[in-house]
Parts: sequence; C-alpha cells; structure tokens
Amino acid sequence: MTVGGRYGGIDIGASASKAVIIDGARKIVAAEVRRTSVSFETSAREVMDAALAAAGLRLEEVGRLVATGYGRHNVDFAHATRTEIACHARAAHFYHPRRITVVDIGGQDNKIIHVNAQGRRESFKMNRKCAAGTGAFLEEVAQRMDVPLERIDGLARRAEHTVQMGSYCTVFTKTEILAHMRAGEKVPEIVAGLVESVVKRILEMDPLAREVVLTGGVVAHIPILAEMLAARVRHPVHVVPDAQFAGAFGAALMAAEME
Amino acid sequence: MSDRPKQTFKKIHASGRMKEIMEAHFRELDEAARTKKQKVAWCTSVGPAELLKGMGFQVFFPENHGAMLGATRMATDLIPLANAIGYSPDICSYLTSDIGSYLKGESPISRAYPGIDGPPRPDVLVFNTNQCRDVQDWFNFYGREFNVPVIGIQTHRGVGEITRAHVDSISAQLKAMVPKLEEIAGTKLDMDAFKRVVGLSRQCTDLWKEVLEIASHKPSPLTFFDGTIQMGPAVILRGEERAVDYYRLLLAELKQRVEAGVAAVDGEKFRIYWEGMPIWGKLRDLSTQFADLQACVLASTYCSSWVFPALDPDAPFDSMARAYLELFIVRDEDYKEAYFARQISRYGIDGMIFHDAKTCPNNSNNRYGMVERISEGHDLPTLVLHGDLNDLRCYSEEQARTNIEAYIEQLAEKKGL
Repeated sequence: MTVGGRYGGIDIGASASKAVIIDGARKIVAAEVRRTSVSFETSAREVMDAALAAAGLRLEEVGRLVATGYGRHNVDFAHATRTEIACHARAAHFYHPRRITVVDIGGQDNKIIHVNAQGRRESFKMNRKCAAGTGAFLEEVAQRMDVPLERIDGLARRAEHTVQMGSYCTVFTKTEILAHMRAGEKVPEIVAGLVESVVKRILEMDPLAREVVLTGGVVAHIPILAEMLAARVRHPVHVVPDAQFAGAFGAALMAAEME
Repeated sequence: MSDRPKQTFKKIHASGRMKEIMEAHFRELDEAARTKKQKVAWCTSVGPAELLKGMGFQVFFPENHGAMLGATRMATDLIPLANAIGYSPDICSYLTSDIGSYLKGESPISRAYPGIDGPPRPDVLVFNTNQCRDVQDWFNFYGREFNVPVIGIQTHRGVGEITRAHVDSISAQLKAMVPKLEEIAGTKLDMDAFKRVVGLSRQCTDLWKEVLEIASHKPSPLTFFDGTIQMGPAVILRGEERAVDYYRLLLAELKQRVEAGVAAVDGEKFRIYWEGMPIWGKLRDLSTQFADLQACVLASTYCSSWVFPALDPDAPFDSMARAYLELFIVRDEDYKEAYFARQISRYGIDGMIFHDAKTCPNNSNNRYGMVERISEGHDLPTLVLHGDLNDLRCYSEEQARTNIEAYIEQLAEKKGL
C-alpha cells in the first residue's frame, strides 16, 4: 500500500449499491450510494462513476478495486471479489480492533460474524431464506403504513411504549399492524414495535456474548435500533462510522492490503 | 482467485456398468409387475430388503424414486399436487414429490427407461420407521390406493447404547412379518436363500464402506457428489451379486486413481464433510462451485448410511435388527457427536457443512445445538445451509452461493492461505 495511492471498494447490495474510495492512510475520500437497479453492471458503473467524480479521479488512478455484495461477480472493472461477510468483518475490525461480534443488518439478509482479536473470522451465520427482520421487512411494512423510511427513527423515538409484534412473517406482520391500528395503537408505538422486532430476530440468531459492532444500511438510517439492541445485551454495542458503507469500505481496505 | 486451476470433470468409468445394472433392475421390476410372475414389494430405504429379496420379492424403493424426482428437478412441479390433496409442504418432500408423481402419472423412470410406464404396482408395502414417521404415512397412501397390505417395523429412536432388549424387539418384529409375507409370496421362507442374501448384502456394504473410505486419501479421488450417484446399487441392489461385482469394479478404479495421484478436485485445498440430505436438484451446481473454490466435499453421513457392518448370514434376523439399529439416524446426540469426531479425524476434515433440510427434520442434525458443539468442542469451522432435499422453493440460490464462498474464505484465513 502506498501513501499516495487510492483504493476502491464497491458493494452491490440487494437494495443499494455503494462505492468507497480511500487513500493510502485508509481515509475515505469519496463515498456514494445509489439504489441497485435491475442491472448490477449498470448500478456498479453509475455508483463508481459518482464516487470517482466526487474524488476527482479517473478509474485508472484507483490502484486496486475489490467488489462485494450480491452483485460482486458482475463488476467487470474490479480486480478481485470478496464476500460481504469478509468485507463487513474487515471494516468493523478496522474501527474496533479486538474480539467482536459483527452484526450487519442489510437489505435482504442479516449476518452475524464472530471475529477474533486479530481480525480473523471464526464463524458466521446468515438469516434463513426468509427476509423477516431485515431492511426489506422494515421497508415493506413501513410502506404499508405510509411511513417513509427516513421517518422511522424519529417516529420510534416518540413512542411512549412499544407494541409487541408476534409474527415472523412480513406478510403476516402487515395484517397484525391492521389489528393494532384497530385496537387504537398509534403509529409511533407500532413503528417502535417494528424496529424492536428486528432486534428480536437478531437476538434469535446469536447470544451476542461479546462486544457488538453494527454495520449496514438499516442501522445507518435507524440509529435507535442500536440503542434498543444495547438495552438487551450485556456487552457494549457500537455502530461503525458511515455504517451503510461498511461493506464497500471493508472491500477498499482489502484492496489496499492486496498491494 | 485467478490462480485457481480450471477444473476438469473426471468421469468414473465404472459408472457405465452401474447404469446397465440399474436399468436391468428397473426392467425386471416392470416385468414382474406386468406379468405377475414375481411379487413386488415396496420397501423403505433401510427397510428389511434382505428378508424380502430372500423370499423372492422384486423390491422397489420409493425413496430412490424420490431422489430421482429431486435430481431431475421434476419434484418442484409435482410437490404442489400432493399439497393440494392434504399432504403439507412441511412434511417429507420425497413423499410429496412421489405422491405428486403418482397423481400426475409422470416419473423419471419412464424418461430414463423408455417402455416403462413408471413405478411397478406393489403387492405389499414394507416400511421401517427408522428414517422417519413419514415413510409409514407415505406407504399408507399407496396401501389405500392399491388396496394392498402395509406392514412395517416401528423403530427405536434416540438410542445411545444398543441393548439386547432393543435388538430383540426389532428382531421379533421382523419375524412377525414372515407369515404375512409368506401368504403374499405364496411360498415359505427359505432360510438358506435368506441367509445367502444377508451374506451378499454384507459383502456389498463392506465394499461400499471401502469405496467411501478411499476419500480419506489426500487428495481425495472421490467427492460426496460422486457418492450420491455411486450409492445407488448399495441402496437398491444390496443382497445381489451384481452390486458386489459393481463395487469391486468401482473400487479397483478408485484405487488406480489413488496410485496415480488423481484428485477429484484439482489442487484440493479444503476437505469438507457434508452432514444431512443432498440437495438433489443442485448437485451439479454445488459440485461445480466447491470444485472452483478448490474445496472437496468428500465425506458425508448420508452416503455412509448404507454401511451395515453388523449383518451376519449366520444370524440373519438378529443381525438385521442390529444393523438397522446401529444406524446414525436413530441414535442419540452423544453418539452422533462422537461419530462426527471419528469422521472428522478419519477424513482429515477442515470444515463441516450442515444442510438444514426444511422438510426432513430427522436428517437435519443442526437443530439441537450440534453445530455449536462441533465448532466449539472440536475447533472445526461449520456452516449451516438452509435448503431441502427436493423442494427447491426452500432453497435460496444466491444466499447459498454467498454462504459457501464466505465459508471457504473463512477456511482459507484459518489455514493462512
């Protein structure tokens, strides 16, 4: 890795595509996000072009570039691919270089990654095929309630209590919300219940028996989720800076380390 | 990643012979059912096949048909037909795909062997619940459809140490079947013929075990995916000379591979154990992905489930009872963990994949804390793949691919590669 070098990470996720460019000191010089379109190739080009423009660089000036995310194999200008599990673990350990549990709440899946003090992955788990408890779940259910995603955090913070959601399933949860509304529950309390149901899904996946580091787009948009999780576990809970870009940042770190 | 060798598919030449004997088997079954010259018994995969063959029945294995439905991906279209008549999507997808196949009148047997309409009509259905309770309900469906007797053995489950009482109870159930089977067959049990079949089954199982254990060589000349195909004769032709002859042929070829240093996966870097059912409709995809990652999935509980070292022609009833009680699937968690530890050591395993098959709880051994006990107690990285044996609606292609890729990355980190 050279001090003056530039390294790229691109994360083509199920919902959003992210590109990050870092310098030799591992400082982020550009970070861009776009909604992932039906073409992973186009999404990759667009988000990378935006990041390059923000950094005032041409693609050739980026020494190494690593692609991650569901669309990682569709990024033809990447030098290498790594899974998002590797990249989120790398980013989380960069900010918290010790034995941690990384929890990435993404658009369509949740990942729990156990990382040792040296940053090596010990094990990982992903949610089952069902997307309940992920970003897609919140997005769909919020849409049912006419609540834009960016208002979820604010509404949840206004809640005087939390409505308990009993269902695993996104579709059934939508029906359950109707029942709560009929029973007179208000939107903030229901929204708080939805966020808490994501927390519960995480706690079902792992006992979180060490320090927790959260990454991913959901916690970036809904910081109260980290607070709700912290209230339920015995160990400190951290959120990485620019959590939505953690995958792309981890990929960029790996790109830098390849040299 | 670019320095990975391009994988070449290595054909097992003996397979040509396997295809011949399997086809002969299905044609014999078809002829027996059509001409009524020989009685046909349907039998569960680890049911009392030796007794049935010893009594002169032609034996058909619906679970083998289920696997064919999965491997040909016919299952996914057929399962909903069984769901629609009340067989839940949550129960065994061999059962639902097989019943769907019956309802629609479509079978991979007729596609593979022109001239055969499908499974042969049974004269009797014989189960052993050692696989699960579903086999009994499965056979009862056909018992009602064909108006033929359904008889079976109720197994013990969660067995730790196998006691005399366990063996006696299964042995007694086997013996109690004989009068009914004699009535259907129209002949008396010939103990010499029965003993001969048990002896051949033992020879078959010993050779099959040797075939599987050849994968302990480094690099392994055989993959789990090969094993799922090569196990056919051990399941459906056990107790017959041709199965014994086949495994002699296969073993000789595999020994040659070992001598010549031929690896099933070029540049083998990771040795993986597969626990649970195969994902029949994804065997090719998975085999290719693992090979591309230089990971050889080389051993499994599943393929080893037709290894019956207890079979003894001098004590056919007792030894069959013991053989079918020693099965992994009916044992307790302590036995299973110790079994895994032996397999991990025998095959020099780097990692273990648990397939959580949605519709097969009995063959999904990740559900009672085993994954954690193996990864922590035996310092072995593990991965749980969610899927199913036949119902591909329960399988997420991209999630599975990413899980596998990330898992191999993790193994590479552990090995410092």
